[in-house]
Amino acid sequence: MNATRRGFLTAAGAAAAQDHVHAQGHDHVHQAVPSDLTLRVKALESLLVEKGLVDRAALDAVVDHYEHNVGPRNGARVVARAWADAGYKKRLLANAGAALAELGFAGQTGENLVVVENSPQVHHLVVCTLCSCYPWAMLGLPPVWYKSAPYRSRAVIDPRGVLREFGLELPKDAEVRVWDSTADLRYLVLPERPAGSEKLSEEALAALVTRDAMIGVAKVTLPQAGGRP
Amino acid sequence: MNSVHDMGGMHGMGPIQHEKNEPVFHARWEGRVLALTRAMGPWRLAGSSRYEQERIPAAEYLRMSYYERWFTALVERLVQSGLATREEIKSGKRAGGSTKMVPRLTAAQVRAELTPAAASRAAAQAAPAPATPASAGRADRPGAAPRFQVGQAVRARNMHPSGHTRLPRYTRGKLGAIERDYGVFGFPDTSAHGLGAKPQHVYSVRFAARELWGEQAAPRDVVYVDLWDDYLEPA
Repeated sequence: MNATRRGFLTAAGAAAAQDHVHAQGHDHVHQAVPSDLTLRVKALESLLVEKGLVDRAALDAVVDHYEHNVGPRNGARVVARAWADAGYKKRLLANAGAALAELGFAGQTGENLVVVENSPQVHHLVVCTLCSCYPWAMLGLPPVWYKSAPYRSRAVIDPRGVLREFGLELPKDAEVRVWDSTADLRYLVLPERPAGSEKLSEEALAALVTRDAMIGVAKVTLPQAGGRP
Repeated sequence: MNSVHDMGGMHGMGPIQHEKNEPVFHARWEGRVLALTRAMGPWRLAGSSRYEQERIPAAEYLRMSYYERWFTALVERLVQSGLATREEIKSGKRAGGSTKMVPRLTAAQVRAELTPAAASRAAAQAAPAPATPASAGRADRPGAAPRFQVGQAVRARNMHPSGHTRLPRYTRGKLGAIERDYGVFGFPDTSAHGLGAKPQHVYSVRFAARELWGEQAAPRDVVYVDLWDDYLEPA
């Protein structure tokens, strides 16, 4: 399926295609938002404030938390530490909760987080087919595509096709392991450390790690290698 | 329930739209819906956000954006909890004589919900919240003994409950093996309906991609699904 889209991606390059899609405003055509939603949400907020059930400062704090305190840089720190310190990696894969606590992420999604390691032979991919389960504390709020029907429907039945849409072609003899996070466990992919990164500091390594790589739809590459950053 | 939210394995949903440099929220109201839902946490709303989203009629579910579904679920749960009426929610005005919380919820209490580290500090000064209904999540007490061992062959039950379940349709009746035992968690099939937490073991169950999808799948690919004890039977 999606032969047209794939053909287009091949012809124009993934990045250009995305720009085109966005510039044309195609992003949400299948999800038209009623113009009155802004008003309906405002009305609900006013009501709950008037009832004393919520406090506007509390709402601001929640929005601020998700815009500024959590995000993929948390996960990137964990990945970079695992690359830089083999002992840490071992602890992270055995018991992510305790390993996250070492980096000051105590009591967040730690106890229910599972980290799975990519290798040239094994590629992991995370999805939630039923809804949108995602390691918020490590990656922030999920992107729209992760919560969307196309990704949720196809990641389990055609993971290699999905990865191809993201520009990642896996060798036939590699094993794809899809994690459908339908319960309370959350999954983070530990990507392969890119070749040529041996001399980089932990901080520089963290800067290379992308959200998409920690979901499993991309690999981590060095900028000069010409891959998608 | 066998609705459109259970979409693993479906075709026809179109291409994946990957947006570069995507903002955390695409409109201000999205952040407010998330914040309203989270900020209501201390009041322990009735029902389950997940289940209320699943109950949205399938055609509407597919049309709605993610946070519109959240908004719909929040409205339903507020009404079910008796905290607001549909008329109040539509008008944005409190009906005369309706409940009003005193003292009002504070930002510190909400922060405590988001950051468990601050929870104990806030707990001492927090206004008493309504009793917590039995919920999903990791259980803080022992549950039923595990019926399965790591490595054991299992079959996902062929069951089609009309209420909330986390047993994806594509696994039902399929043969798998217990990969890991994650310990005891509340059972969403009962907790979402206010029927108790029914704590029991959750396992990572390994399914060969070919068991799920047939010969079209790559021979060595696998899908891991987290399944509660009650979803499984010995193979």
